[in-house]
Amino acid sequence: MAESVARGRLKILLGYAAGVGKTYKMLEEAHDLKRQGVDVVVGYFEPHGRKDTIARLEGLEVIPRRRIEYRGVTFEEMDTDAILSRNPQSCAVDEFAHTNVPGSERAKRWEDVQVLLHAGIDVVTTMNVQHLESLNDQVWQFSGVRVRETIPDWVVQQADDVVFVDLPPDALLNRLKRGAVYSPEKARLAAQNFFQESTLAALRELALRQTAHEVEGRFIIDSDQPVFAESDPRGEAEPPATGTHDRILIAVTSDPASAALIRRGKRVADYLRADCFVAFVHAHGDLADLSAEDRKAVERHLNFARSLRIETRVLEGDDVAQTLVDFARLNRITQILLARPRKQSRLGLLRPSLVQQVVRLARDMQVTVVAERHRSASAAPAPPG
Amino acid sequence: MAQNLVLRPERPDPDELLRKVMAEEARERRGKLKVFLGYASGVGKSLRMLNEGVRRRERNCEDVVVGATQLESTPEVKALLDRLEVIALRMVEGVPVMDVEAILKRKPQVCLVDGLAHDNPPSCRNRFRWQDVDELLEAGISVVTSVNLQYIEEQRDQVAQIRGREVQESVPQAFLGRATEIEVVDAPPGACLGNEGPGGETDRLRREQQLAQLREIALLLAADVVDHQLERYLLEHGMGQIWSANERFLVWITPFADAAPMLQSGSRNARRFHGELLAAYVARPDLTPSERTALDRNLKLAREAGAEVHALDGDDPAEALLAFARCRGVTQIFAAHGTHQNWLERAMGGPVDRLIRDAEGIDVRVFPE
Repeated sequence: MAESVARGRLKILLGYAAGVGKTYKMLEEAHDLKRQGVDVVVGYFEPHGRKDTIARLEGLEVIPRRRIEYRGVTFEEMDTDAILSRNPQSCAVDEFAHTNVPGSERAKRWEDVQVLLHAGIDVVTTMNVQHLESLNDQVWQFSGVRVRETIPDWVVQQADDVVFVDLPPDALLNRLKRGAVYSPEKARLAAQNFFQESTLAALRELALRQTAHEVEGRFIIDSDQPVFAESDPRGEAEPPATGTHDRILIAVTSDPASAALIRRGKRVADYLRADCFVAFVHAHGDLADLSAEDRKAVERHLNFARSLRIETRVLEGDDVAQTLVDFARLNRITQILLARPRKQSRLGLLRPSLVQQVVRLARDMQVTVVAERHRSASAAPAPPG
Repeated sequence: MAQNLVLRPERPDPDELLRKVMAEEARERRGKLKVFLGYASGVGKSLRMLNEGVRRRERNCEDVVVGATQLESTPEVKALLDRLEVIALRMVEGVPVMDVEAILKRKPQVCLVDGLAHDNPPSCRNRFRWQDVDELLEAGISVVTSVNLQYIEEQRDQVAQIRGREVQESVPQAFLGRATEIEVVDAPPGACLGNEGPGGETDRLRREQQLAQLREIALLLAADVVDHQLERYLLEHGMGQIWSANERFLVWITPFADAAPMLQSGSRNARRFHGELLAAYVARPDLTPSERTALDRNLKLAREAGAEVHALDGDDPAEALLAFARCRGVTQIFAAHGTHQNWLERAMGGPVDRLIRDAEGIDVRVFPE
C-alpha cells in the first residue's frame, strides 16, 4: 500500500551555459545541508573532468550509478531505486535535462526526479535555461543550436525554488580557454556555438528574465490594473474578456511549423496566465483518412501539446477556418494563434490562405499570426553531429 | 511630443568610428569595474567578492588589496581577509571611510571595495564612496565591489514602497551601467530572513514577499544591463539587426481604429513579459480634420499607456512599420483590422494583409474593430 507522504521540495540551480558553476554550487548546497544535520546524498554527479568540482565531492555520500547495457556499450545512469531504498532527506541530482539511455525505466532524468519527490525526498538539481522547452526556438534563433534535451515548462514551474547561478561571459570564456570547462578539442567546438560572446550574453539575459519570471510566479500576487483611468468613457463599456482573463487557442496542422507555434503559444499563455487549448480541424473528425505522413505529423503535434499539459481537440468540419472560429466563439476564446504561411503561391493570390480566412472571419477576437524564427545571419554555424 | 525616428544608415561614418576608437582607448586605460549585485543583505555578496579577490591573487598572481570591508564580518569572511592585504579604513568625524590616498599611493592592480553605497562625511574629498571608486578607476586601478539593490538611486522609491522605509545612501544606476561586468548573487528569500530580525509566521511571509519583489527587481535590472551590453556588442561588431532576449511589443497607431484595446493589451503584455511597449504611426499628409483628431486621441492614449511613441515616414505604411520593427528588435506587432480598404486594397490585400505577409520573424496580432 502506498503511504501518503508530503512531496519533497525541488530546488533548481539555473545557469545559462556549461561552466558557470552549477554543479559546484549544487555540491556546496549539499555540504551546507550536511552541516545543518540534514541526511543528504549525491544521487548523480557529472564530473566533466573538472578538478575543483570533483574536490568538492569529498565528505559527501554518493549513491553508485546503475550500469545499463545498450547495443554492447555500458552506460551509467542515476540509480533511482537505490536512492529510494537509501531514503535520504535530501538528494543532489546533476543535469536535470538529461535523457536516459534506452532500456532505462524512465526516459528522462526529470521523470526520475519526480519519483524521488513523490517519495518525499527533497531534490537539488541543475539545468541551463536553454533546456526549457518553450525557449527552444528562440535559443536556436540566436545560437544555431537546436537543443534536444528539453524539460517541459510545467516541471520547472513546480519547483519550490529557482536560483540563478551567474558568471559573466568574460569570466566563462576565460575558464573555457584555461580548459577548466571542456577538453581543448571540445572547447574549440564549443567556442564556435554557444560560447560566442553575443550568444552567451543573450542566453544570460534569457536566464535572468526566466528566473525573475519564476520568482514572480511563486511569490508575487499581481493584480491587473486598468491602464486607462476610470473616467475614461471606454471604462463604462462592459469589460472585454481580454482585460481579465485570456483564453488562447492554438490552431495546429500537419505543417512542421506547428511545434514552434505550440511552444510560442504556451509561453504566451503562461506569461499571461491564460487558459490554453490546441485544436486541429479535420474534414472527417478522425485522423484515419489523412495520408500516413500527415497523420503522423498531426499526432506528433497533438502529443507534444499534451506533454506540455495543453488540452487538445480534434474538430470536424469541411471549412477549416469557419470550424475554428465557431469553436473559438463557443469556448469564449480571446486569441487564436496560427502559424504564418510559409510562402504565398500564385494561386494564393486568388484563394486566401487559412490565416487570411481566419483573420476575416474572426473580427470579434484577436488573431495572432506567429512567425517562424529564423537564424540570425550573425549566428554561428550549427554544431557538427 | 512624438519623437522623430532617425534610421541609422548601415555604413558607420568616420567621425563615429574615431569616437569609438578613442572611447575604446580610454576604456583600456581606465580600470575595470566589476560589481556583485544582490537584492538584500545576507545573500553572500561580500563572500563572493572576497573569494574572487583571493582567486585573482593566488591563481592569477594579480596585485590585489582590500580597500573597504564591512565593519562586522562572519568567520568565513574573516578567513578570506586573512589571505589578503587590507588597507585600513580611516576615521573621519568618527565615521570609517575608505583611504583613497593610501590606495592611490599603493597603486595595486585590483582593489576590493565592499559596500559601494556608503556615503562619506562632508569633510571628505568625495561625498559618496562610488565617487571614490571612480577615482581609483580613473587612476587605472580595477575595482571589484558589491552593492545591495536597495541602495541604487533609481530603485529607491520602488524599494521604499516595498519595504516601507527609505535608505539614505545611494549609487546612481548609470554608474553600474558603466561596469565591465555585473554578476548577480542570487539566493531564495528564505536564505536572507535570518538577517531580518524576529517575527511571527505572518511577518515571515510578508517579509518573504518583500524580498521576492526585491529579488525580481535585481534580476530584471541585471537583465537590462546585459541587454545593453549585447546591443553595444552587436553595434560595435557591425551586426545590423538588433536581437535580444527581450520581448518588444509595437502598436500600430492609425486614425482609422481605436487604439485603446491594443494599448491596453500591449501594456499588459509588456508588464507580464517585463518587455518594452512601443507605438508608431506612419505620417500621412492627406488626413481630414476628423482623422487628425482621431489620430491625436490615439497618440495621447499611447503616451498615457507608457508607450515610447514614434512617427515614421514612408510611402508604404506596412513597409515603414516593418523597417522600424526590425531596427528595434520588435517581437510582436499589434494592428487593428483595416477599416480603410478600397477596391484596390481589397484586391491586392490591405495593409494588415501586407503586414502579415511580410513580417518575417515577427508575430502579428490583429485586433477586433
